[in-house]
Amino acid sequence: MEFRTRDGVAKVLNGVSYHVSAGETLAVLGESGSGKSVTAQTIMGILDMPPAFITKGTIKFRGEDLLEKSADERREVRGEGIAMIFQDALSALNPVFTVGFQIEEQLKVRRGMSKADARKRAVELLDQVKIPNAKGRISDYPHQFSGGMRQRAMIAMSLALDPELLIADEPTTALDVTVQAQIMDLLAEIQKERDMGMILITHDLGVVADVADRISVMYAGRIVEHADVYELFRAPGHPYTESLLESLPRLDLKGQELKTIKGLPPSLTNIPPGCPFNPRCPRAFDRCVSEVPAVHNLGMGRTSRCHIAEEVVARG
Amino acid sequence: MGRYVLRRLLQLIPVFLGTTFLIYALVWAIPQDPFAGKCGQRPCDPNYIAEMSQKLNLNDPLLVQYFKYLGNLITGDFGTTFNGVSVGEQISTSWPITLKMGLIALVIEAIIGITAGILTGLRKQGFLDNLVLVSTLFLISLPVFVTGFVLRLYLGPQGFDIMDTSVSSDPTIGELILPGFVLGSLSMAYVARLTRTSIVENRRADYVRTAIAKGQPQTRVVGIHLLRNSLIPVITFLGTDLGSLMGGAIVTEGVFNINGIGGLIFRGIQEKEGIMVTGIVTLLVLVYLLASLLVDLLYAVLDPRIRYE
Repeated sequence: MEFRTRDGVAKVLNGVSYHVSAGETLAVLGESGSGKSVTAQTIMGILDMPPAFITKGTIKFRGEDLLEKSADERREVRGEGIAMIFQDALSALNPVFTVGFQIEEQLKVRRGMSKADARKRAVELLDQVKIPNAKGRISDYPHQFSGGMRQRAMIAMSLALDPELLIADEPTTALDVTVQAQIMDLLAEIQKERDMGMILITHDLGVVADVADRISVMYAGRIVEHADVYELFRAPGHPYTESLLESLPRLDLKGQELKTIKGLPPSLTNIPPGCPFNPRCPRAFDRCVSEVPAVHNLGMGRTSRCHIAEEVVARG
Repeated sequence: MGRYVLRRLLQLIPVFLGTTFLIYALVWAIPQDPFAGKCGQRPCDPNYIAEMSQKLNLNDPLLVQYFKYLGNLITGDFGTTFNGVSVGEQISTSWPITLKMGLIALVIEAIIGITAGILTGLRKQGFLDNLVLVSTLFLISLPVFVTGFVLRLYLGPQGFDIMDTSVSSDPTIGELILPGFVLGSLSMAYVARLTRTSIVENRRADYVRTAIAKGQPQTRVVGIHLLRNSLIPVITFLGTDLGSLMGGAIVTEGVFNINGIGGLIFRGIQEKEGIMVTGIVTLLVLVYLLASLLVDLLYAVLDPRIRYE
C-alpha cells in the first residue's frame, strides 16, 4: 500500500498481515503514523484512490478476496460484513441529522425496513449500548449527546446490520478515562454476546491488556511483533515493544523518571534502510542498518521482525 | 423560536427608521431649490410652489417632514410626484415585474451555480473544474451591463437570431428569462464558487467517511450527507442576494428596457423626483430586511446546532 504524493511515494504499509476469527479480539498497537488506521481503512475500502495505491496483497473476508470484488460488492460488505467505529464520534456523526436518522438510514436503505420498524429497531440498538431513555433521545442531534453517549450511538449504528467483524479505530481516545473504561467494557460485552470478530486499533497499552486476545504491534507501516496478549506483556519479542512497555507509568517505580522512546517515528516517504526502528533502538547493531530483519517465528503463533528476536524474548 | 422571531421583528423597527430617515434626509435636505428646473425655462409659479410645498410639507423642519411622510406611508399613501403622478400606482405596476425578474434570476443562479459547484467540487482539477473556474472568473470581472448588452445583441435578431430579446411592457416569464440570467449572472458565479469550496471542504469530513464506511450508496453519501452540510452557506448567500438583486435590477432593466422598479428609480433620480426615490428605496429596504430575517430563520432550520431562544 502506497500513497503517491508530491513529496514522493509514501510506503505506508509494507508486509502487514493479520487475521481475526469470530469472537476474537485483535489489538493493533502503534504510534501515530504507524499505519494502523490506514490498514483498517484499507480493509474497509474507504481510502481515496488515488492518492492511495494498493500495489499488492490480499484482504480475505469469509474466504473471498475483497480486493477482487467490484466497488458495489465491496460497498455491500461495509456495514453488513465489516463495520467500523471511529475515534471522534462528534465529527464522525453527521451534525445536521438526528442520531435516530443516522441509525435508521442503515436499516431502511440497506435492509429495506419500513420507517416504523426501523425506528423500533434503532431504539432497541440504543438500548443495547445502554443509552438511558433511548426512546426519548433518538430524535436528538449528535451535539446534544455527551462524548461517551455519542460513541455509544456510533457503536449502535455500526451494529445495525449485525456485522461479523467490527473495526474500532481508537474508539476511546477522545474520551476521558472513566468513560473510556465504560466504552471498552461495552465493546467487550457486545463482542462476546454477538460472537463478533473485533480489530481494536489503539496506542494505549492499558486498553489492550484488558480486552484483546492477540496483539499486532505496528511500526513504520509494518508489523514488528505479533503475540498473544499475555505472552507479549510477559516477555516482549521486539525492542520496540519492549520500549513501549518500559514507557508505561508504573506505580512501583514512583519517583523515578519515566522512560521514553527517544527520537521520532520515521517519515514514511523516507524510511531508514534496514530495520526501520534502528535509529531509535537501544539494542541496534551493524546488521540492523544494513539488513531488513526477516520474520522470526518464536513459537505459539508469536512472530517478531528483529534480528535478535530470540535473545530479546529470552531476556524479557 | 417564537420569541426570537418577535425580537427580530422588533429589531427591524429601529433599522427601518434609521435607514429610511437617512434616505429621506439625503434626498430632501439637499441645499438646493427643489423646484429648480421643474417648470421648464421659467421659474415656477409661486402658487404652484406654495401648493407643492404644502403637499410635501417642505415648510416643516426635516424631522417633522419625515414623520409626516412616514405616517402617510403607513396608510399606504406613497404621495404624488411634482407632475401629479401617484407614486403608489407606479410602484404597483412596476414592482411585480422586478420581483418576477429577481426570482427568475435567483432560481437560475441557484440551479446553475449549485450544479456547477457540486460537479467541480467532487471532481477537482479536471477539465470541467477549469472551465467553471475560468468562466466564473469571467462573469465576476465583467460588469453586468456588458454581459447584458453582449447577450442581447448576439442572441437577438441583429446577432445570431436565436431568440427574441425584446421585453414587452407587461412581460411574460419567458421574456424575462434572458434578463433574469443576466441579472443573476454575477451571483451565479459566486454561488458556483461558494458551493465548490464548501463541497471540497466537507467532502473529506469525518461524517462523509462514516457514511461511506456504513456502505451507503454513493448517491446518498453525496446527495444527503455531503450536500446538506455544504449548502448551508450557499443558501444563506442566496437569501441575502434576493435583496441585492432588486437593487441590481436598475442596470439590467436599463439594458433590456424593462418597465420595472429599477427604471422607475433611475428616472426618479434623473428628474429629481425625491418622493419617487424615497418611496422605492424604502420598499427595497423593507425587502432586504425581511430577506435577511428569513435567512437567519432558515439557518436554524438547516443547521440544528444553531438554536434561537
